[in-house]
Amino acid sequence: MSRSVQKVLGTETEFGIALRGRPGFDPILASSLVVAAYAGPAAIHWSYDEETPGRDARGFGPAAAETDTGMLNAVLSNGARLYVDHAHPEYSTPECLDPLQGALYDKSGELIMARAAATAVLGPGERLLIHKNNSDGKGNSYGTHENYLMARALPFEEIVRHLTAFLVTRQVFTGAGKVGSENGRPAVSYQISQRADFFEEEVGLETTIRRPIINTRDEPHADPALYRRLHVIVGDANLSEEQIFLKLGATALVLAALENGRMGKPLELEAPVEALWRISHDPTLRRTVRLAGGRTATALDLQREYLARVAAGAMRDGVEPVYARVLALWEQALSELEADPLSTAGYLDWTAKLALLEQYRERDRLAWDHPKLRLLDLQYHDVDPQRSLHRRLVGAGRMRRLFSDEEIERAAAVPPEGTRAYFRGRCVAKYGEAVISANWDSLVLDTGRAALQRVPMMDPLRGGRESVADLIDRCASAADLVRALGGSDGRTGTQTASS
Amino acid sequence: MAEQERKQPRRNEPAREAAAEPVASHDVGGELTEKIDGLLEEIDSVLEENAEEFVRDYVQKGGQ
Repeated sequence: MSRSVQKVLGTETEFGIALRGRPGFDPILASSLVVAAYAGPAAIHWSYDEETPGRDARGFGPAAAETDTGMLNAVLSNGARLYVDHAHPEYSTPECLDPLQGALYDKSGELIMARAAATAVLGPGERLLIHKNNSDGKGNSYGTHENYLMARALPFEEIVRHLTAFLVTRQVFTGAGKVGSENGRPAVSYQISQRADFFEEEVGLETTIRRPIINTRDEPHADPALYRRLHVIVGDANLSEEQIFLKLGATALVLAALENGRMGKPLELEAPVEALWRISHDPTLRRTVRLAGGRTATALDLQREYLARVAAGAMRDGVEPVYARVLALWEQALSELEADPLSTAGYLDWTAKLALLEQYRERDRLAWDHPKLRLLDLQYHDVDPQRSLHRRLVGAGRMRRLFSDEEIERAAAVPPEGTRAYFRGRCVAKYGEAVISANWDSLVLDTGRAALQRVPMMDPLRGGRESVADLIDRCASAADLVRALGGSDGRTGTQTASS
Repeated sequence: MAEQERKQPRRNEPAREAAAEPVASHDVGGELTEKIDGLLEEIDSVLEENAEEFVRDYVQKGGQ
């Protein structure tokens, strides 16, 4: 029997923000300007409450942003969410069906931020900078989270036992690199991960303080009897397209192997939090960590073990081509990291950045504490295509790409086709004015009747192009759509319900 | 954005290809150095001005 890996996944990224030319700027206001600039006055608001959608939450513009600096939220035509969270502009990708699509929509978030920064209404002499990073180098961190839909049947304790060592060691190929250390960790010149210094617990519910390696947030945005959403908070924001693909793909493969009972005996670390710091602080990748039971291993050794188990399971169960590609890239990354970490500078952010910093150090004879190195580190993550040092490395042929600019532009406009994000995005694009609010699992439509119409979308795998494209093409208005859905169309997995 | 046009995904990273060219090593080294110098100069021209001040003022509110 062929078991498919098929795993609905997506990312959420809080971007760093700076307003040059206005000292002491308010980051919440600046983030609001970003969202307003992109979403415009006709923006459709996100609904936090499935049961009682805000009926008057309609529309805002740059002017409104001056007074409404609270929770600005927009739903985009590609099914994504763009909003202000914790004084940062944040982008959540739509639900994607595989890691390649996930990487593409993750990259579309950068483009959307860049466009927003370029069009935001600013004062004279001001310039808005947005960084896809996770730290300001001064002890403040903000997140890049991954979400994976999982079978509820798998006990959470099993996930914790198997996944902790994977998440601790995967940074060797998921890290974005950082000059120096933070949060009271030992001094280092350069480390693999932007985020490792900020993790302090093994398991927990928090995301902003005492961050845990395994986050227990249980908010499936789907039928809780069938699904859980694994919320992975221990990861870096990546610029490298191939690296995002590898990060999402390898993690999805491990989770699928776990669901399929293919992981064997768990690899458990004696002290996972310390191991996370220890691995991040050693760009030579030689350092070992101790497993429960006393054995020691390097991060690469443990990743080899995960890869071997996942690959063996894939041999038995079969695997889709996109995941075969993940397995090949995972193997390539581990082999090249083993031979010489810098040989991965063509596709891993942390080694690409390190190679660039070393070249600057050599040319300008800079010590590791020189501000120019910190600037290079920071500007690697700038989303402005002219200023982004990642884009410069791509332009110089030093880093590879997976997508064309055209593909990323398209992903910023249209939703992925295989999930309910398709229904959400198409509705936003076609019935914009009538879409009062939206969230992951429902849409609220104003069809001119006294009651608003709520369309539940509890199954992330329903509402894709195959099932709803004809319906949306056929319905000229939201009222038509609601009528068609109410007419027991039955193909969408959605039903109307008056609010 | 001409210099940022897409590159096809490739199995071998360009830096290694250059190193693997079967020509005299000092020639390759010279070419590589020139390429690196060119890139660093290009980057110099887009770097934010006044690194020290910029880095000092870059303070973010903590998030998730």
